[in-house]
Amino acid sequence: MSQLLLFNVFNGLIIGAFYALMALGLSLIMNLSGVINFAHGGFVAIGAYLAYTISPYVGFWGALLISPILTAGIGLIVERILIRPLYGRDPLYSLLLTFGLAFIIEDATRVIWGAQGLQYQIPNWLQRPLSSQLFFLTGYRVFMVVMVAVIVAGLFFILTYTRLGLRIRAGTLDLETVSVLGVNVRVLRNLNFGLGIYLAGLAGVLAAGMLGLQPTIGDSLIMPSFISIIIGGLGSLPGTLLGGLLIGVASGITTVFLPQASEAVIYVMMAAVLLVRPRGLFGEEGRF
Amino acid sequence: MQKLPVSTGTIVVWALLLSAPFWVNYTGGYTELCTRIVVLGLAAMSLNFLLGYTGVLSFGHAAYFGLGAYGTAMTMKYLVESTPAALVVGVLVGTIAAAVIGPLITRLRGVYFAMCTIAFGQVFYFIAFQWRDVTGGDDGLSAWHREPLHFGFATIDILSNNKAFYYFVLVFFALAVAAMAFILRSPFGRTLLAIRENERRARFLGIPVDRHIWMSWVISCGFVSLAGALYALLNDFVDPRALRWDQSGTFVIMAVLGGMRSFWGPLVGAAIFIVLQDYISSHTENWMSFVGLIFVVVVLFFPRGVLGIVRRKLMS
Repeated sequence: MSQLLLFNVFNGLIIGAFYALMALGLSLIMNLSGVINFAHGGFVAIGAYLAYTISPYVGFWGALLISPILTAGIGLIVERILIRPLYGRDPLYSLLLTFGLAFIIEDATRVIWGAQGLQYQIPNWLQRPLSSQLFFLTGYRVFMVVMVAVIVAGLFFILTYTRLGLRIRAGTLDLETVSVLGVNVRVLRNLNFGLGIYLAGLAGVLAAGMLGLQPTIGDSLIMPSFISIIIGGLGSLPGTLLGGLLIGVASGITTVFLPQASEAVIYVMMAAVLLVRPRGLFGEEGRF
Repeated sequence: MQKLPVSTGTIVVWALLLSAPFWVNYTGGYTELCTRIVVLGLAAMSLNFLLGYTGVLSFGHAAYFGLGAYGTAMTMKYLVESTPAALVVGVLVGTIAAAVIGPLITRLRGVYFAMCTIAFGQVFYFIAFQWRDVTGGDDGLSAWHREPLHFGFATIDILSNNKAFYYFVLVFFALAVAAMAFILRSPFGRTLLAIRENERRARFLGIPVDRHIWMSWVISCGFVSLAGALYALLNDFVDPRALRWDQSGTFVIMAVLGGMRSFWGPLVGAAIFIVLQDYISSHTENWMSFVGLIFVVVVLFFPRGVLGIVRRKLMS
């Protein structure tokens, strides 16, 4: 029993790390640009499939490095061409645009890579369980948690100590003032979007190793990511991170006791948070 | 502020709707397509009650559409085989769910509101998807069909007569649309417009904004669940996709495509969207890309919608 619980808590932590990785990207984009990126799940799929395509040439580690960067590149182009014209208009339009984009990306991945699931190769030594007692603790799972931790630490480092991060945070609070102070807001939003998409691409590569590849790979992750943001509080990145981990672990624990409700529990949590604290755990008051 | 329906527009719309089954076959369409347009047009118009007239961004209307559909289908399958009773249950289920969830989200605004409506919408999708024994899960709820209407003196066969069913749907459409028009003309409706135009000012005038938004939300969801109930009857079938978030997005794009600042806009949008979808999906497997493309093109090039553009042309 205790091992089952441990297994599911750990599993929930991994899933939660995924949610958090996706939700952080969504959150970055939403905070600075006010755009809910529905196509985020699509970018996860792009990251995963690009890794699949290039890994025979550059290997697992090369793909892990390059694929998210390529995905971010696509993100930069998409932002430049499609999303930029919509800033300053009713948020409805950017929502609808990314919505349509999600359809297009899903269909495109299906056309390019086929509708069937594909296997993604990970190095052998990562597949092995670390110990015979804790059979579920494969190297890859541990590796993923470490990887997410490193990336998140890197993200917060960038946001706290680099000029770009400083501008992103400032822009989140007051974009107009940042613009008046001589920062090119267009470039800032573009880079910020790319950064968010980079995280999506990375989540895709990591997910591919665990779940395999499907055109709808991002679909099951996007709703929980929204909920991570809602629970954590809009406008707060640490909140988003916590929200993701929280719902992951909660659904892991629920799996032990009431497997049917593992999906439902995160929605219950969201309802509870909205009831008691509509702005989310770490959200600023009056922001929305 | 725009005028509510009185004009030649309304007359044209009704003339077309009433005569549709008699000329649609000559244009390459079929009666069922018209029924789809009326049903989904009603859904889009109900959404627009909230979106266009209250200025609140809901992306989760498919949930209440789907609840209406499931309520109707399950009544038919498990309780009584009576079309009117099933319709009533469907509408009640959707409306009550909206009324309960409403207070949780009507405090929120803008994108945050949109995100929460989507997330809550997915709850019902998961329930329908996972509760196999009752909802049929992914395969949907089939093996039932709408029943002919029995009045004391006559029976109307809406089951096998497509035209009869079209007019059956049109009656409900007329009632719902008339009710919406009536509400929008009332002081309550005007208050909703005031909230849309300037929420802060409305608040200063002493209007309980959150409660008005909640009422508008419940009304809108009530009508959308009527559309869902009719949709279930139309297909004699319902599956979880009726509840999914992409269905919600489809309603929004219908409203925007037709013009969300005009009363009939969403119906026009629904007609264009459904005809395009019908045409595209019979010609290519990649209809999803084209539907996505419709979204992108509408947002980038026709944000005012068809009727918005027409109105502008007429003004100048």
